[in-house]
Amino acid sequence: MSAPAPSSGAPAVRRWATTVLALVIVAVFLFPLYWMLNASVQPAQALLSIPPKWIPTDPTLDGYRAAFDTQGRHLLISLFVACGVVVLTLLLATPLAWALARFRLRYAATLMFVLLIVQMLPGIVKANSLFTLYSHLGLLNNTIGLMFAQSTLAVPFAAVLLRSQLCDIPPEIIEAAALDGAGTWRTFLRIVVPLSRNGLITAGLFAFLFSWADFLFAISLTSRDAVTPVTVGIYRFIGANATDWNALMASAVLASVPAAILLIVAQRYIAVGITGGSVKD
Amino acid sequence: MTTLLDRPATAAASRPPAQRPAARRARLVRLSFWVPAVLYLAVFFGYPIAANVVMSFQDYTVTSFYRGGAPFNGVANYAHVLGDDLFSGTLWNTVVFTVASLVFQFAIGLGLAVFFRRHFPLSGVLRALLLLPWLLPLLVSGTVFRWLLDQDYGVVNQVLMNLHLISDPVPWLVSPDYAMTAVVLANVWIGIPFNMVILYGGLQSIPPQLYEAASLDGAGAWHKFRHVTWPLLRPTTSVVLMLGLIYTIKAFDVVMVLTQGGPAGATQLLSTWSYQLSFTELHFGQGAAVGNVLIVIATLCALVYLRAVRAEQSENER
Repeated sequence: MSAPAPSSGAPAVRRWATTVLALVIVAVFLFPLYWMLNASVQPAQALLSIPPKWIPTDPTLDGYRAAFDTQGRHLLISLFVACGVVVLTLLLATPLAWALARFRLRYAATLMFVLLIVQMLPGIVKANSLFTLYSHLGLLNNTIGLMFAQSTLAVPFAAVLLRSQLCDIPPEIIEAAALDGAGTWRTFLRIVVPLSRNGLITAGLFAFLFSWADFLFAISLTSRDAVTPVTVGIYRFIGANATDWNALMASAVLASVPAAILLIVAQRYIAVGITGGSVKD
Repeated sequence: MTTLLDRPATAAASRPPAQRPAARRARLVRLSFWVPAVLYLAVFFGYPIAANVVMSFQDYTVTSFYRGGAPFNGVANYAHVLGDDLFSGTLWNTVVFTVASLVFQFAIGLGLAVFFRRHFPLSGVLRALLLLPWLLPLLVSGTVFRWLLDQDYGVVNQVLMNLHLISDPVPWLVSPDYAMTAVVLANVWIGIPFNMVILYGGLQSIPPQLYEAASLDGAGAWHKFRHVTWPLLRPTTSVVLMLGLIYTIKAFDVVMVLTQGGPAGATQLLSTWSYQLSFTELHFGQGAAVGNVLIVIATLCALVYLRAVRAEQSENER
């Protein structure tokens, strides 16, 4: 298949044939997502028909109505908590990354090692001990407590990712700022932060996705419905209405919306992030 | 050596006394960059590890929360957990789940990466679409697989029956014989994009001249893969497998939403068991003990991973 093709009209045909094959692969691979969309717009009875309805011939928005009624509040909580996690992560990780990139700290190598290794700490261990800590501090069923817990996934990831990006800022620019009399923080805020915009977007994006997708902290640190994010909302919904697949799939679609939007809008940042935060030195 | 000894002395001597507070201020300013993050690391990583170790030696139950203290009980939690019939089964499940997930994620991810390396119209867009399963919340993917694998109305059974591969619907999620296959299937689907992206990056770094040279030597597609792609991809392969191992060992969400570790413990992993001991049975000490077993395994994997990364870096520098 990869044999060198003659330089006539054949390569173009072959390339399009490859595209068709790729389309088939993508269609098969993404079929579960199509099936989620399909079920979300079919009437509940139609979902229990055999053979299954491959195309929604009689579409309905009932599922989405039910999903908004039961999950609307949870979606807003997820949004609020995820935005908090983004802010918290960038506030903590960006200055740390700059210190690691430029300050010649004595323990910089150790700190980098710690940042890599803590990303591998099983979440259940953190959930277990944060539950006891939070019960003393009164932070259970608290969205701020949840933000802090969820940011533990994003802070080390963002620090590693940002450090490697901040190392690329030419030292001459920083020296010039220092000669002009700018202090360390002023240089950082006025020059480093604007120059590293792309890295900050990537780190913020992943902080958002980590928080939005979190289930473990949400289910172990919240029990009251009023502070429950959408992942736990859906989980409890399955337990209570296991047969209402139409509303359940509509809820799943709504919970996927941020990921879909981010994939479309911020595709290039995502590829950087997947390989950046945990693989690089 | 001499410079090291001389420098502070000369600096102190030549520096006017008025600059001393300024230097101290500059040091404080620099501290303000990393001290908050280090405190955060201490509270949200240092504390949990320490607390988990302490808790695993305590009889920590619901009453400990109002009384404020839990009596130490030595290694009773570990004895209980390791002596439990569930332990060997859970450990075995964790191994099976991890190895099966890794093998299939990697093989399919590599196949897709090699395929998408070719230049063809729309390749970039289609490759990006394949990332979608990785970006979705695991709980959403798990919920979708619950619907796909439903015994009576799930499309997987319908298709298999239409193809005459099975005669009766398979009870994917409710029979101990099939539940592990079901959770692995869902987890493989979720993990493919991650493998594909990193392996694709590795493929991009292989110089195209090597393929041209192999073509001139008359190598076919298989020979090129076997003698160019595979050996040059090895560093990336070890990184992707180790990261996959570390992520899969602590997998939690997919199993919780698909089977809750059941039926009859058939899909119970160390992570879900730890959760169940702590948050369902409220034996936090035992949950912590299982958590510590998981930490030890994850740390060993992490150390192997870091060695693999170092080996790759030194190979690149050479």
